[in-house]
Amino acid sequence: MTSIVSSAVPMPDAVLAPQVASAGYWRSVLQRLHRDPVAMACAAILLLLVLAALLAPWITPADPFKASMLKRLLPVGSSGHWLGTDELGRDLLSRLIYGGRLSLTMGIVPVVLAFVIGTSIGVLAGFLGGKINMVVMRTLDVFYAFPSVLLAVAISGAMGPGMSNSLLALTIVFVPQIARVAESVTTQVAKLDYIDAARMSGAGTLAIIRVQVLGNVLGPVFVYATGLISVCMILASGLSFLGLGVRPPEAEWGLMLNTLRSAIFNNPLVAALPGVMIFITSICFNLLADGIRSAMDLRR
Amino acid sequence: MPPYERLLIPMPPVTQLVRSPDRGGPVQPLLSVRNLVKHFPVRDGFLARTKRAVHAVDDVSFDVAKGETLGIVGESGCGKSTTARLIARLMLPDSGGLLFDGDGVDEFGGMSLQEYRRNLQMVFQDSFASLNPRMTMEDTISFGPREHGVGRQQARTRARALLDRVGLRPAQFAQRYPHELSGGQRQRVNIARALALEPRLLILDEAVAALDKSVQAQVLNLLQELKTEQGLTYIFISHDLHVVQYLCDRVMVMYLGQVVEVGPVAQIYSAARHPYTRALLSAVPSMDPARRTSKPPLSGDPPNPINPPSGCRFRDRCPHAEAVCASAAPLLHGQGNAAHLAACHMTMAGSGHSAAPALEIHV
Amino acid sequence: MKSPLLSVRDLTVRFMGERMVQALSGVNLELAPGETLGLLGESGSGKSVTLRTLLRLNPPKRTQVQGQLLVDGQDVLALQGDALARYRGGVVSMVFQEPGLAFDPVFTIGRQMTEMIRAHERVDQATARSRALQMLERVQIPQARKRMDAYPHELSGGMRQRAMIALALCCRPKLLLADEPTTALDATVQIQILLLLRELQRELGMAVIFVTHDIGAAVEISDRLAIMYAGRIVEQGAVADVISRPLHPYTQGLMASTVVTGMRGKPLAAIPGAPPDLTQLPTGCAFAPRCQGASDQCRQQVPAMGEARGHPVACWHPLV
Repeated sequence: MTSIVSSAVPMPDAVLAPQVASAGYWRSVLQRLHRDPVAMACAAILLLLVLAALLAPWITPADPFKASMLKRLLPVGSSGHWLGTDELGRDLLSRLIYGGRLSLTMGIVPVVLAFVIGTSIGVLAGFLGGKINMVVMRTLDVFYAFPSVLLAVAISGAMGPGMSNSLLALTIVFVPQIARVAESVTTQVAKLDYIDAARMSGAGTLAIIRVQVLGNVLGPVFVYATGLISVCMILASGLSFLGLGVRPPEAEWGLMLNTLRSAIFNNPLVAALPGVMIFITSICFNLLADGIRSAMDLRR
Repeated sequence: MPPYERLLIPMPPVTQLVRSPDRGGPVQPLLSVRNLVKHFPVRDGFLARTKRAVHAVDDVSFDVAKGETLGIVGESGCGKSTTARLIARLMLPDSGGLLFDGDGVDEFGGMSLQEYRRNLQMVFQDSFASLNPRMTMEDTISFGPREHGVGRQQARTRARALLDRVGLRPAQFAQRYPHELSGGQRQRVNIARALALEPRLLILDEAVAALDKSVQAQVLNLLQELKTEQGLTYIFISHDLHVVQYLCDRVMVMYLGQVVEVGPVAQIYSAARHPYTRALLSAVPSMDPARRTSKPPLSGDPPNPINPPSGCRFRDRCPHAEAVCASAAPLLHGQGNAAHLAACHMTMAGSGHSAAPALEIHV
Repeated sequence: MKSPLLSVRDLTVRFMGERMVQALSGVNLELAPGETLGLLGESGSGKSVTLRTLLRLNPPKRTQVQGQLLVDGQDVLALQGDALARYRGGVVSMVFQEPGLAFDPVFTIGRQMTEMIRAHERVDQATARSRALQMLERVQIPQARKRMDAYPHELSGGMRQRAMIALALCCRPKLLLADEPTTALDATVQIQILLLLRELQRELGMAVIFVTHDIGAAVEISDRLAIMYAGRIVEQGAVADVISRPLHPYTQGLMASTVVTGMRGKPLAAIPGAPPDLTQLPTGCAFAPRCQGASDQCRQQVPAMGEARGHPVACWHPLV
């Protein structure tokens, strides 16, 4: 017999009757996020990086493509080149800023595309259940079984180098992961009584999904996807490192790591800088995702 | 909360949502359930010799008359909640049919599922799980009408009028979320939502079970008022025999997926014919400290509906069981009283049970 | 009452958090050895909090407890470490509402019971096991030997509750706390468990505090009854007294709104409104906003517990 008093952690009804109606759910999430110092700091850093990337043509001190064999591998703090120069004498600071454009694009765009495609597939499979669910999820499992790096390299290699190809490859890598999370959350939501009540209203399946299910599913999937951005950036940098993806002389952090590899013994600090940028960006996305997840927790 | 003052705005007429007209008159039952069967297979493993099944509902038939409140009582495993879901078409039966005011439902011709949904609504036990945590009360209530074509503004007005009717001031409650309401308030919203489509039949599946007693009394009063006001018919599923006696006109007792007794409430409570019903009635704790219960009427737990016993399913726990109870399943019958039926060999003449009345043979 | 087993004086419990919840406000209670007290109340009345405080089960960082709590002469609020562990289970034990949640799902019933016995007494495994078996037979579990080696999920609801009672009693506590033990059970099982508790209580001579929201269950099992509302005890007395002549308007409202035979055809006399928000308790009597006979004094002053016509009641205008 189902328990008459629901939930193992009873909250006295008396406590749940405030006199003032609170603001909407998303607004309260934003409010809670504002009060989280770590999340706010990360958001600020990311904002700074994005702004720098957008305003790159105006704020770079030097031409990122101008090479000079005389000025090779200048150390950090050299006059005129605050972060030194790379192995072809190009100003590192400018290259990092321009590199941010490509790296951020290659990190965010595939995740956004995968979010849209993956959520659609996952929600439909989760809600419809039965055979459709089985067919869709087992197909996705085939892709999911491969390690992301291997899959990205394989698809990218098959399609050839170039930015748009690697964007596509990365999207394909992340669709199964997001679809899985979406399907799992949708399956849990679909079992609840309010979905039954919605079915009893005579609404069609798509209407129920659109109005009742999506609002409850998008949140957790969004948090998961935000956490994927850092993985995607690293994968994209990895692809460029391997020669798939962005090609020289473009500035991209992963590519820069590759070409500066030989300079590690001469000027390790300069060689590590693109890695530091990748690290900072990934950490900030991860911590921000964590903060959003805590802010979304209604029970706090 | 002080007694609510009704809004002076009357319920606005909804051009598209009108309660379906009565067909067939007062004699025709509003709902006829015939031979419903639902078994859930038990996954015993690939190489299991016999496939076991949970006999949740086994050949259940009953009628619900227009304007009455039918109570369905029973313990865990009796199948009352499954029956409710089968009637609501949230689950499809393995076999059996439904007639709503004379019309077959869905695959039996007559009424489309959408139309049926407008005529029959359900209020669930868990008031919190029944409400979408991301939607305001107003949105929740107007969802149904909007899906049936009612305009947005009109649906909103209607939702507010319904909130007011169930005792929640719209100015205060329309924009709230479920976690900001108490259990009683949430259940009122569920009732308002059920009424939004102007149904004729309302299934209340343990709707007041999870509420505090004082709140329960308020909600029961509300249900009675709404029933008289809007000419509704109720199916009230509950385990609380006192509430069933208070609210219902007829009572149906279920055990292990079958109907064991059905009849008018006064007769069931004063002269029950099935030993299980009698045991259930005497299991209610006494309210008089001078006359406490000394012996439990039944021992053991309600059995598992997986592979029920042969013959009468109650014979394992029945103090009057005999050989005939194991070999033949008793049928629902009324001994001369067509309104009060029981499925027990002891009450059927000529069944072979030692306590059965003698068969009258007219020459 | 000479040397009561349990003596609670002015117990006040607050939960700190975003908002402060005033769970209990000055609860006074006494229990003689071998007596059964029924604690009746609705959501937010504080009945479960009272039980948990008796066993010090509230989250320590968030809870603020004031007042005096003496059980069998021991100051419970001052117990720490080993003494607290010996107290829990040895002197006072608890039966919870959801038997499925109180048992560890990965250990057998027998293992959990022997673990409890050996934690409190120095006995070897075999003795502990036979004691556990004895206890299981005492609570009338059929085929007790087989059930000793069963996992909690293999037992039905009623059996799990019996097993939990056995677990709670295997160290012979002097006081048994029962937190709505029959609420989640079917009617025929509920009456079995109630009668079982009554039998065991008489046999073992222990005191019982039985928390419930069901008046019938409380009447079946209690000698005395205490009604709680918004963290305070508003009325207490012998069960026959309180049931037949309720003095507090809340008790009377509760009796009147409880559905019993013979109420058919009339609207129920429901208490208007809802229980108060424990984070914003009104000054004065917590029941005043819902009370027909509330006066200014009621709204300004919290009523003290006074004797009126036989049993204690906390009301400025008790119904006589």
